[in-house]
Amino acid sequence: MENARKSVFDGAAVSCVRGARWVFAGLDFTLSSGDALVLVGPNGSGKSSLLRLMAGLSAPASGKILWDGADIGADRQSHGARAHYVGHATGVKPALTTAEDLTFWFTFRLRDDPDAERRALEHFGLTERASFPVRFLSSGQKRRLALARLLAAPAPLWLLDEPTVGLDVAGQSALESAIAEHRDGGGIVVLASHVAVALGGSEREIDLADYRASHADDAGDIWSEFGA
Amino acid sequence: MHWFANPARFMRIAEKLLPWVAGAAVLSIAAGLYQGLLTSPADYQQGETVRIMYVHVPSAWMSMFCYMTLAVASASFLIWKHPLADVAAQAAAPIGAGFTAMALITGALWGQPMWGTWWVWDARLTSVLILFFLYLGYIALVNAFDEPERGARAGAILALVGVVNVPIIKFSVDWWNTLHQPASLTRLDAPAIDPAMLSPLLLMALGFQLYFVVVLIIRMRAILTARRIRALHMVEPGVESGD
Amino acid sequence: MNGFTAIIRRELKLAMRQGSDAAIALMFFVLVVALFPLGVGPEPGILERISGGVVWIGALLAAMLSLDRLFQADHEDGALDLLVMAPWPLEALVLAKCLAHWMVTGLPIMLISPLLGLLLHMNTDAYLTLLAAMALGTPVLSLIGAVGASLVLGARRAGVLVSLLVLPLTVPVLIFGVSAVEAAAIGQDAGPHLMLLGALLLAAIPLCPWAAAAALRQAVT
Repeated sequence: MENARKSVFDGAAVSCVRGARWVFAGLDFTLSSGDALVLVGPNGSGKSSLLRLMAGLSAPASGKILWDGADIGADRQSHGARAHYVGHATGVKPALTTAEDLTFWFTFRLRDDPDAERRALEHFGLTERASFPVRFLSSGQKRRLALARLLAAPAPLWLLDEPTVGLDVAGQSALESAIAEHRDGGGIVVLASHVAVALGGSEREIDLADYRASHADDAGDIWSEFGA
Repeated sequence: MHWFANPARFMRIAEKLLPWVAGAAVLSIAAGLYQGLLTSPADYQQGETVRIMYVHVPSAWMSMFCYMTLAVASASFLIWKHPLADVAAQAAAPIGAGFTAMALITGALWGQPMWGTWWVWDARLTSVLILFFLYLGYIALVNAFDEPERGARAGAILALVGVVNVPIIKFSVDWWNTLHQPASLTRLDAPAIDPAMLSPLLLMALGFQLYFVVVLIIRMRAILTARRIRALHMVEPGVESGD
Repeated sequence: MNGFTAIIRRELKLAMRQGSDAAIALMFFVLVVALFPLGVGPEPGILERISGGVVWIGALLAAMLSLDRLFQADHEDGALDLLVMAPWPLEALVLAKCLAHWMVTGLPIMLISPLLGLLLHMNTDAYLTLLAAMALGTPVLSLIGAVGASLVLGARRAGVLVSLLVLPLTVPVLIFGVSAVEAAAIGQDAGPHLMLLGALLLAAIPLCPWAAAAALRQAVT
């Protein structure tokens, strides 16, 4: 079904500080419905930090991130509701069964739909493990359960941080088909990955090494005048 | 307020003011001690020991004032994101803890001649003791994180939670005291204020205030310098050399 | 079913399957109370005099035990990020977690407290008041504890630190709780003391989740 209204997700002059260190500065991006963005860069260049900024979990040190023109920082809760974030940590609970863990996230994201849950488990090949406690799943299976959450509720923005870690070929292709379907429905995907992931269409790329802030050109460094 | 937000400008102003404020503090405390210890009258009930009041009461006032400062600085940091606010808060906390400890110790010293025991659980001292724990908790929390910024943010919230709780705790301790206090216990407080006693008290209070400002500026300077050093250490090798 | 109840159900399931938290808190409560006769002597007069205070102090300390785990598991496994990004207000989620925490630790503590009063020769007139006071006071402990637990996420020695932060803030609960029990024991009206506890609870319900939510947002930054 064609999504008639296009959403725009963009960032202007975004910079990130972690600890006392400028991770990146002056980063711009513009994405609209159906787009995919791949983040590349060496370790520590800020891919995870950028994804967390996009999720609204932290605020940029300077610059703005906008959804349909509105600053996401002004209403983090709404932005959280329209995004799915899958980070390094899976967030699955060892004491729950696979199905129970997924059901929680479905209910939590306002969707009481046992059929959709079943389809999500099926898509990521977890149907046989549905009544197993999560602690009996392998790390690849836990990763697939975390990814199954993407299908818990329709959300236009997907933010994925190294989603393929531990996935086998079947798992990766399940992810890729989910992403392709998401994009077809007008969704936006931002992905950080060392491994090539087929994203079902054209994709943009940002290399975070290009935006690395050097000490010399720290924008607005409040310490630069110290001792003057 | 934002005019002071620039650390470099703050340091320059602070450097200039420091000797004057320190001098005023020394004069004020010296005058207060002279009057308090030598020229003011002894109390007809308590005798010479009432003179401890000139240190105890201003210390107790300062312990509350420092906590207010801590709370205002924390609010400033969280709400207006004033860049020097968390520095001020972290600088003020140990000073406040010190005044609180001094209030407790002088309270004990004062109580001993009066009641023969080194500690008494009256409402004032008990509230001050709990305030001491609040200070220690704040200092412990701020220093418990590997990332100082996280400690600053957590501490700011704790300070605000604490300041809301302080009146509640004070009320509950007063309540507790009225339930348990034997009628014969006199309050550990200044007797009816004679103008001759008021003057050294106010001088000491002023001196302590100025002392607080002096030490606050020195501590803020130290914290800012430490942060600058840390920021320099965090620069990636190879970037400075301009490769 | 909405997010609030979903959280409560999940927390209860996890607590039941991971078992030991509630049991450990109860055992600690009993142990602390049992130490007092060993420490001050078994004379009934003395024990009765201190019974109100000892039971409440034991409850306070036992409630502290499980606090650091309130948010820690979610923080460590990344679920906290997702809870913060919810379509629900974070304050409501904190309240749900506090309610679940109370059901798992505070409620058992409350129910066992008259039994421990028995061990200390507490006047039986006071038992009903003890239950009422605990019913009002233990939720406040969970709420204040949630603020402490959310502040120490990621800190070193979080377990001990949370007790250091939270115990001074629980002094009013201790004072009003004990005074209610002691008033009932000597036949006086415990009403005013219980009302003060109730006032604390009413104040804590909106304020503590608000502070804890602010702290949680700082923790995920």
